[in-house]
Amino acid sequence: MVPAVLGLVFLVLPLVGLLVRAPWSTLPARLTEPQVLEALRLSLITATVATVLCLSLGVPLAWLLARVEFPGRRVVRALVTVPLVLPPVVGGVALLLVLGRRGLVGEWLEAGFGITLPFTTAGVVVAEAFVAMPFLVISVEGALRAADRRFEEAAATLGASRWTVFRRVTLPMVMPGVVAGAVLCWARALGEFGATITFAGNFPGTTRTMPLAVYLALETDPEAAIVLSLVLLAVSVVILASLRDRWVSAP
Amino acid sequence: MSLEARLVVERAAFTLDLALDVRAGEVVALLGPNGAGKTTALRALAGLTRLSGGHVTLRGRPLHTLPAESRPIGMVFQDYLLFPHLSALDNVAFGLRCQGMSKTDARAAAAGLLERVGLAARAGARPRQLSGGQAQRVALARALAVRPELLLLDEPLAALDAHTRLEIRSQLRRHLADFDGVTVLVTHDPLDAMVLADRLIVIEHGAVVQQGAPAEVARRPRTDYVARLVGLNLYRGVAGGGRVEVGELLLHTSEPATDGAAFVAFPPAAVALYRTRPDGSPRNLWQARIGGIERHGDNVRVHLDGPVTAFADITPAALADLDLTPGQRIWASVKATETHAYPA
Repeated sequence: MVPAVLGLVFLVLPLVGLLVRAPWSTLPARLTEPQVLEALRLSLITATVATVLCLSLGVPLAWLLARVEFPGRRVVRALVTVPLVLPPVVGGVALLLVLGRRGLVGEWLEAGFGITLPFTTAGVVVAEAFVAMPFLVISVEGALRAADRRFEEAAATLGASRWTVFRRVTLPMVMPGVVAGAVLCWARALGEFGATITFAGNFPGTTRTMPLAVYLALETDPEAAIVLSLVLLAVSVVILASLRDRWVSAP
Repeated sequence: MSLEARLVVERAAFTLDLALDVRAGEVVALLGPNGAGKTTALRALAGLTRLSGGHVTLRGRPLHTLPAESRPIGMVFQDYLLFPHLSALDNVAFGLRCQGMSKTDARAAAAGLLERVGLAARAGARPRQLSGGQAQRVALARALAVRPELLLLDEPLAALDAHTRLEIRSQLRRHLADFDGVTVLVTHDPLDAMVLADRLIVIEHGAVVQQGAPAEVARRPRTDYVARLVGLNLYRGVAGGGRVEVGELLLHTSEPATDGAAFVAFPPAAVALYRTRPDGSPRNLWQARIGGIERHGDNVRVHLDGPVTAFADITPAALADLDLTPGQRIWASVKATETHAYPA
């Protein structure tokens, strides 16, 4: 009993501290400061774009893992989950090595298309997507595995092509899983710090997202850091509440 | 012949090897115990299960080379598999949309089909809001919507309760009569098969054991499984001199059987039971031991062990008069006029 209470206190106390120390009187003014709004806007945009990127690449990948038998599928599935356990900073370094100006692909991107990713807003999106995509893939793959494939067979007997089956039967049926995965993915992207600061840097207006702003403010203006943290906390709580039925509450 | 097929599918438990010849407009029922390969055969026709060998030809065109979505088929699944996220109307319209019909036209055609199965009022309902009987009719309408040449029904009535089943069975019979293509249906219920099909094909362990018109199969079963289905006692024996020798028993039959291996069948209701050896020694008399007694509809079914195992159906009153108990020895006889023999 006592360790359980200690565990709960350990998890909850920091959040309480955040609420207790929040400068409630100056909060409205703080929240509307240009730097805060700028960081918030950048965070929301990059996290959303990263989620869209994850959806467009992650859903097909999840389908491949769930539905197509191919050699080395288990290895691929393991690889997909690597960014989940990889320290985000390491992910950022890895992205620099591949997509940096001297990187394997980055060099070719710059020479061929004039595209530079590191230290740009696009770079933030790439870093966030890299870290957040496994959440989406795992969620969607789980939903696809749980879906009754005989509905797809029924669609086939009605003359539906593979693509039609996917679009009109499979996707609508796994939609709860896709939504849950996308929300988790978005939340993870919103909170991304390590890979972002390593790969995209910390430039106000272009790459300084909320978590970066929190870290920076802690050195100069702790109150601002608390305000920014409160915003991120609020977002987390909202997401938790919206996914409550699906993920958080155990059966 | 409109459908001509030989289906060979290797399974871990058995190998399905089945030849089918079905005319347009004909309804063929594949009847058999669970695990006999009926559904496998249906899935092979649909293209959902790969053939290990054989072929499927519909109106002279090979089907087995086509994927399921290119075959001119309609299929009704055992649990219907209506798309849960679509309304009844959109479920029926699904196949038409796949054929390239516009949304408006497909919905209009689907509405017509729903009307035909008496469900125009439920067009907007989601599958989970439909009763079992309604879902079955939507599934049928969805399969018929694509104007299939081959209609496949997998246990179409199995998921329904007894009362609904009665009603849906007669409706389904009407729809099947209207359908001018080939119909193959799978069932383990002999009543469904008798009512719906023009011809029965009985499958056991992946192979055909008997086929013919329902009346023929019902009168002359050729395996224990079929005999149980149609409610007859069945024995295999040797015919000679107008009688059939079954084990130690010599049975007189209504018509003289041709010499050689023969089946003998008689209904349980044709068996009479006596506590003591009856006077005048009727033919087809033997001494049996009562193996068990159970209720069977309005009657009582008595299991008889002895030279032959048999079922005897007697009235509850007769049971009381005879005062029967399991293990008791009694005399049993069966009238020759109700005993049929036919070549094995």
